[in-house]
Amino acid sequence: MMKKTVIEKIWENHVVSREEGKPDLLYIDLHLVHEVTSPQAFEGLRMNGRRVRRPDLTYATMDHNVPTINRHIVNDPISKTQMQTLEQNCREFGIELADIDHPDQGIVHVIGPQLGLTQPGKTIVCGDSHTSTHGAFGALAFGIGTSEVEHVLATQTIWQKQPKTLQIKVNGKLGFGVQSKDIILAIIAKFGVNAGTGYVMEFTGEAIRALSMEQRMTICNMSIEAGARAGLVSPDMTTVEYLRGRRYAPQGEEFEEAAKRWLALATDEGATYDKTLEIDAADIEPQMTWGTNPSMGSGISGFVPSPDEFDREADKESVRLALDYMGLEAGTRLTDISVDYVFIGSCTNSRLSDLRAAAEVARGRKVQDHVTAIVVPGSQTVKQQAEAEGLDKIFTEAGFQWRESGCSMCLAMNDDVVPPGKRCASTSNRNFEGRQGNGARTHLVSPSMAAAAAVMGRFTDVRELAGVNQ
Amino acid sequence: MEPINQFTGVVCPINRANIDTDQIIPKQFLKRIERQGFGQFVFYNWRFDDDGNKREDFILNDPKFADAEILVAGENFGCGSSREHAPWALLDYGFRIIIAPSYADIFYNNSVKNGILAVKLTDEEVKTLLGRASVPGFKLHINLEEQSVTDDSGFTAYFDIDPYWKKMLLNGWDEISVTLSAEERIRQFEEKVYGKQYS
Repeated sequence: MMKKTVIEKIWENHVVSREEGKPDLLYIDLHLVHEVTSPQAFEGLRMNGRRVRRPDLTYATMDHNVPTINRHIVNDPISKTQMQTLEQNCREFGIELADIDHPDQGIVHVIGPQLGLTQPGKTIVCGDSHTSTHGAFGALAFGIGTSEVEHVLATQTIWQKQPKTLQIKVNGKLGFGVQSKDIILAIIAKFGVNAGTGYVMEFTGEAIRALSMEQRMTICNMSIEAGARAGLVSPDMTTVEYLRGRRYAPQGEEFEEAAKRWLALATDEGATYDKTLEIDAADIEPQMTWGTNPSMGSGISGFVPSPDEFDREADKESVRLALDYMGLEAGTRLTDISVDYVFIGSCTNSRLSDLRAAAEVARGRKVQDHVTAIVVPGSQTVKQQAEAEGLDKIFTEAGFQWRESGCSMCLAMNDDVVPPGKRCASTSNRNFEGRQGNGARTHLVSPSMAAAAAVMGRFTDVRELAGVNQ
Repeated sequence: MEPINQFTGVVCPINRANIDTDQIIPKQFLKRIERQGFGQFVFYNWRFDDDGNKREDFILNDPKFADAEILVAGENFGCGSSREHAPWALLDYGFRIIIAPSYADIFYNNSVKNGILAVKLTDEEVKTLLGRASVPGFKLHINLEEQSVTDDSGFTAYFDIDPYWKKMLLNGWDEISVTLSAEERIRQFEEKVYGKQYS
């Protein structure tokens, strides 16, 4: 029998129609919806008298615009309209919605896994590029545009050209104080922001197998930052045990049956990929970005580079523009860069284990006076779990603000904005110009590195802080 | 969407790589619930300063490039967020054609679905065009049927495009109608997988 990758197996199971000279028509098992990229899609359905084909496979929440303090005071009337529009659309088309008052509300890529909606072998789409997060379960999950959202609502299918496969093998074991965020940042720094364009990535290797589901989600989340629409990890017992007992997962005997099917989806021994890239976990130190795209970063022991260090003309120019925007001098030691804001949150790093890692560093320390630090749990459930463990107390006693769940300062669509010229240590996924606010300067780091920056007032190698036990 | 085949227009060069969708349309403009009207916000933070005044040094604010309908830019154009507001904004502003060495996957899909032709040329060809287009009024002729890009002084380049996307752009198809015309296959798939009919 032909050896197949998990990517090929999932693909084959979902082809509705295949014709020469056309992309395949793929069936979609789960369509996640949020308030920003859906209104025009629902409007399109209405204009054409179309219905939602499978409301039972569609699940909505509001996350991008929601306030993280004063939950019910949405200052921006346009944000408010967008949230109300989602409510109306869900009511009209019969779609389940976790709205602002719902106990399941949260960032769409946090709640899908948490509720057990995300499962191995599923095809999952959402009008959001970080849908790749769900790939951690061995699902084929990718972001789509609003036209495609409308197409999936109307037909439960999508036209897709079969992607090439790219294996990213992370060999060996991670060192002390190094988190899964550091793995993905190191991968992007090494291979570039378009290494995965046209591919679906599968993360393999000893270091990936050793990760928890939440850590795998952080890695798959940022596949898109390496150019790949989807990134995934073959299902294993870690995957199965995470899903056991979750509300939308199969229950009892059915779960055991499903678990067998899920495990069989893993990439076959000896299957081949179109391309393989490798990296050694032992070489990865805590990472930090210095520029304006996620590949512009290095280990924390590094320095801000000079444009002259790059060979290609386009890279020299990009680095020059980046340093200018970031207000950085070439040759500056990364640990000499000070911070004004710290954001712990986003679909990359707002899960319970992320908050625990940050709290471990914050415990008994104080946020520096010149630093504003906020912690935004990924969902209401994460918030409650964290509070039950007393993490909120650790953060607030250290001087961090403890907020309600949402996308928040990752993209600053609500009131959580980094002011112009201010520098932010952020656990999010994009350090683009203006992402966290017009003129804001973003440095991407792991949760424990972000907490370390908050308490030291500058970027710091978290391994140097005593009491870090990871 | 509007079909497209032969197109001639003035070119605007933006010599930057990795132009992300946050630059094409910043997040504060994603709150509208319509598809129209995003053109006024395209490249907002490059076009306007913090007080909303035009930045004179940005090419789109140069009146000599006001009529541009073809955008030439560096590699990995449209990376980042999946926001379709990016092609909506480019189209609404007046760009029907984009030329770059490479595109992010989601942006490329989103463009096709809005009738924008995103042409892939080699690094060298794009470099040539970036140079020539720095002279205001420089025009290019695009022929989708022939998959060619030409100017009036001897530049000719041919580009690859997936035959399915090509057909969609040439015909201006509404993809949902195309899919629903084959709804029977979706029904059969659902019958097989779910043992049930949904329509």
